[in-house]
Amino acid sequence: MAETPPRTAPRTSATFTPEVMAEIRRAAATGIYDIRGAGAKRALPHLDDLLFLGASISRYPLEGYRERCGTEVVLGDRFASKPIRLKTPVTIAGMSFGSLSANAKEALGRGASLAGTSTTTGDGGMTPEERGHSQTLVYQYLPSRYGMNPDDLRRADAIEVVIGQGAKPGGGGMLLGQKITERVAGMRCLPPGIDQRSACRHPDWTGPDDLAIKLEELREITDWEKPIYVKVGASRPYYDTALAAKSGADVVVLDGMQGGTAATQDVFIEHVGIPTLAAIRPAVQALQDLGLHRKVQLVVSGGIRSGADVAKVLALGADAVAIGTAALIALGDNDPRWEAEYAALGTTAGAYDDWHEGKDPAGITTQDPELARRLDPVLGGRRLANFLAVMTLEAQTIARACGKSHLHNLEPEDLVALTIEAAAMAQVPLAGTDWIPGKAGL
Amino acid sequence: MPTVDLRAEPLRALNRALHALRPDTNETRWTVVNPDGRHAIAAGLDAPIHVEIEGNAGYYCAGMNKRASVVIGGNAGVGVAENMMSGFVHVRGDASQAAGATAQGGLLLIDGNAGARCGISMKGVDILVKGSIGHMSAFMAQAGTLTVLGDAGEALGDSLYEARLYVRGAVTSLGADCVEKPMADAHREQLFAKLKAAGLAGEVDPGEFRRYGSARSLYHFHVDNAGAY
Repeated sequence: MAETPPRTAPRTSATFTPEVMAEIRRAAATGIYDIRGAGAKRALPHLDDLLFLGASISRYPLEGYRERCGTEVVLGDRFASKPIRLKTPVTIAGMSFGSLSANAKEALGRGASLAGTSTTTGDGGMTPEERGHSQTLVYQYLPSRYGMNPDDLRRADAIEVVIGQGAKPGGGGMLLGQKITERVAGMRCLPPGIDQRSACRHPDWTGPDDLAIKLEELREITDWEKPIYVKVGASRPYYDTALAAKSGADVVVLDGMQGGTAATQDVFIEHVGIPTLAAIRPAVQALQDLGLHRKVQLVVSGGIRSGADVAKVLALGADAVAIGTAALIALGDNDPRWEAEYAALGTTAGAYDDWHEGKDPAGITTQDPELARRLDPVLGGRRLANFLAVMTLEAQTIARACGKSHLHNLEPEDLVALTIEAAAMAQVPLAGTDWIPGKAGL
Repeated sequence: MPTVDLRAEPLRALNRALHALRPDTNETRWTVVNPDGRHAIAAGLDAPIHVEIEGNAGYYCAGMNKRASVVIGGNAGVGVAENMMSGFVHVRGDASQAAGATAQGGLLLIDGNAGARCGISMKGVDILVKGSIGHMSAFMAQAGTLTVLGDAGEALGDSLYEARLYVRGAVTSLGADCVEKPMADAHREQLFAKLKAAGLAGEVDPGEFRRYGSARSLYHFHVDNAGAY
């Protein structure tokens, strides 16, 4: 009997992975690219690639739970007569009503207020729920100007001129028709049910010189009281930060590519922009070169998840951070308690990102009133406040170990990198060496 | 009737004074002299007052206007009456780019010509231009009317939503999803009302205008329309 010759084992491609092939089949069937929410999912150089050097002999630590480590931060004292004063440098990033339910916006406001920090509106304007429950509210001034009006501008505590997002520098938004209820449509002056494309550029200014005049107009309208933030998606952080500062920003908000979005092309989220880790030092350098570091505050966002992330971002030179996706998770987004419903949607808790479909079982990224009722804004606010407190406590713990009596005293010298890539991007030494790629040794 | 000389007073003083007016103020008529193209003149007004600017204004004159009547005796820079909520802004000369951008209400009247992107992203305002308008006007315009007695430049109404465009002269080209639509009696009546509000009742024949609006074919994405993007 002839022996069956050996066969090669089935071998899947590292290039054409099951996920890649599934996407090709999906695109072929539907004729449209994948649109989803959240931020970049692939592995990127990250803050996790940095470590703190706790104090030993050469540095002197502070006692945990005994010696004070300050956390307060003032944002926008360059030109504004009423700068923002926060108890913690962890703020809530802009997320729109429309993308999020009214209950979710209310919960964000409640949580931020309990924690003594600010929350931020989004594309689509300000809701009474949000203003009513936010002690400190930053009003986003976006290219679409959906729902934009001078009354809300004056009701805000600060204004954030949004030029870009980390998930999609250069891109506009897309709120698909299924989430456009009568209320959302009314706020945006568009017919219910249509796909709403938010503009990718502001309609009435085109460059940095014009931006300076625009900021002046906003200040004139609000009587030079409110801080003006300028938010950019991280792609050319040195130049964008420098131009924002030179245009007159009180605060620069820098959003790395791990930053979330409501609904954007997957290809955009995963392939445009640079990681948060890589964006911070060039932005700080720009402010230092202009003599404006700590005078124009830098807020960094994009995948911030813990007090360690906060401490690292501050050590690299930022003044505060903003969280978006982490705040939604704190409210209950992608919670395993809804696993059966996630499975029915063809996904699983922890991976659900089809926020544009409006079917969020957690009731957060939806306009469906039945689903939205699942989120108790009081309880959600409490959970968010707890999470913000934990992040702050964690950052303080690390700062004390580094001998710092305030989070803002953290510095690059407190950090080392685990990888050459992270060392180069963060401009801190590779652990165990004095080598910073691109720089001469000490 | 206060008169503010912007060569003698800083802009900040003017805007601060205008913002401080109480709803029942008797100082309802203001004159601004020597504006010299300064930016953000009379921006952010929120009172039923009349402001006469004797000369040329820079960027964002009467920006976000609410309830006030602002007349610019000369030309206006970029973004005149941007995001106006209500009231009346009248440019006696020409207007630069993005006139009436994102404006949600009120009437913007331009006696001369307007530059590119006139009425960009407009959200309910009525804009009437006696002269011609530049390219990409009414880009992504959502609601309101844009009436042009002269000509329109390239890509009129690109990515238009529900705004209505009435043009008497030639249109160089239409943008994506913008089409000419028939003029029904209701449209002629609407156009007449806009002309009347601009003080042109009886002077201009609504029958000379053509109407443009959204084909609505791009309201929902479909791959067969990909060539339109």
